[in-house]
Amino acid sequence: MVEQGKPVEFWRWPETNWVNPDIDWIKGEWITAGVDVGSVSTQAVIMVDGEFYAFGNTRTGSDSPNSAQKGMDYALEKTDLKLENIDYCIGTGYGRVNVPMAQQAITEISCHARGANFMYGPDVRTVMDMGGQDCKAINVDDRGKVLNFMMNDKCAAGTGRGMEVFADLIHIPVWEIGPRSFLISREPPSISNTCVVFAKSEVVGLLEQGVPENEIMAAYCSAMAHRIMELLKRLGVKEKFVITGGIAKNEGVVKRLEKELGIKTAEQAWANPQYREKNYPFDTQLAGALGAALFGQSLLELGKAKSVRKT
Amino acid sequence: MIANYGFNDASGDWFLILNTDKCNGCGKCVEVCPVKILKVGPDEIDIFREEPVAFVKHEERKKIKYHCAPCKPGYGLGLPPCVAACEPAAISFSDGWKACFKDSHQ
Repeated sequence: MVEQGKPVEFWRWPETNWVNPDIDWIKGEWITAGVDVGSVSTQAVIMVDGEFYAFGNTRTGSDSPNSAQKGMDYALEKTDLKLENIDYCIGTGYGRVNVPMAQQAITEISCHARGANFMYGPDVRTVMDMGGQDCKAINVDDRGKVLNFMMNDKCAAGTGRGMEVFADLIHIPVWEIGPRSFLISREPPSISNTCVVFAKSEVVGLLEQGVPENEIMAAYCSAMAHRIMELLKRLGVKEKFVITGGIAKNEGVVKRLEKELGIKTAEQAWANPQYREKNYPFDTQLAGALGAALFGQSLLELGKAKSVRKT
Repeated sequence: MIANYGFNDASGDWFLILNTDKCNGCGKCVEVCPVKILKVGPDEIDIFREEPVAFVKHEERKKIKYHCAPCKPGYGLGLPPCVAACEPAAISFSDGWKACFKDSHQ
């Protein structure tokens, strides 16, 4: 499995990009972009008149401006669109103030709410954004407007980065953790959920005791689910309940959270029947950047922003 | 919109809750706050709102457990200054303390 002398990084999730074959951007009036520079991943989404056109999903590097540029280049890669053709670009996420091509920065709370509204439909009432370094619980209305929000004030435990650290520690690719955490004979007690470092040493201890890997994964996933529960309990969960961000792809966490909450999360599919029919890629990590691009569209339509398109 | 700025310390989970629908942006809370963590400015969550609104400064959000703790209700000191100063009653504090300090209040 592991080749000698070749470093293997189990946390490295694959980067993706895509372009919508059904849209010709030249015919579009407004071309807006959203760049979500998170602590772990960077997404760039390009929309043409409010329709999903292209995206790039990359890992954040050590420098926000470079990461934003990389994400944007990756999104533009398969298109014949250039940065100069974009009317308005909005930065969001942890590094939003350091996005060089953005004309405006909007907090990720608003953008995730708006993005989730677009992706999952207007009947979404609670959005849980589980990002790389923090999680936010948001109540939204039918237009994707934030009604109530709550952010965790602790560290990276129980978030995406914690999961990556964990994957590297037990030498299992990060995307296999979810499915494998169910291959167990009994549900183990969950591990420490307050700190990544404590959780890590606890995992090392469990490995030493000879606890099977899959059981440790289950313990870690349930710790994460439990941590999110604290936030959701305070805010109150209303259906339709959706999870955005990278952890939404980890069924080990999502299913355990559903069990603890007693509420199912909405199916991860486009609310727009056309998008569903044409099988456009649905990536929960895109919510923030999608929301930002949609805000750009609204601002242009309302005349609150001026197009910076050069060609 | 209800904005929750939370922190937790040894006495439990606490929240400084700001109801931006009631907030009129008068800035009285900013004046009375002994540690100056509040600010009045454009609404960063609801970008279409025109009127200014009070919020907790960005750089202070992760530190409010140190700043808000001396004012937090439950020690018999009455309302925190920001809550008392707010005329439209837009600011409130989570009532988790009621459980914590049940005995001392009865």
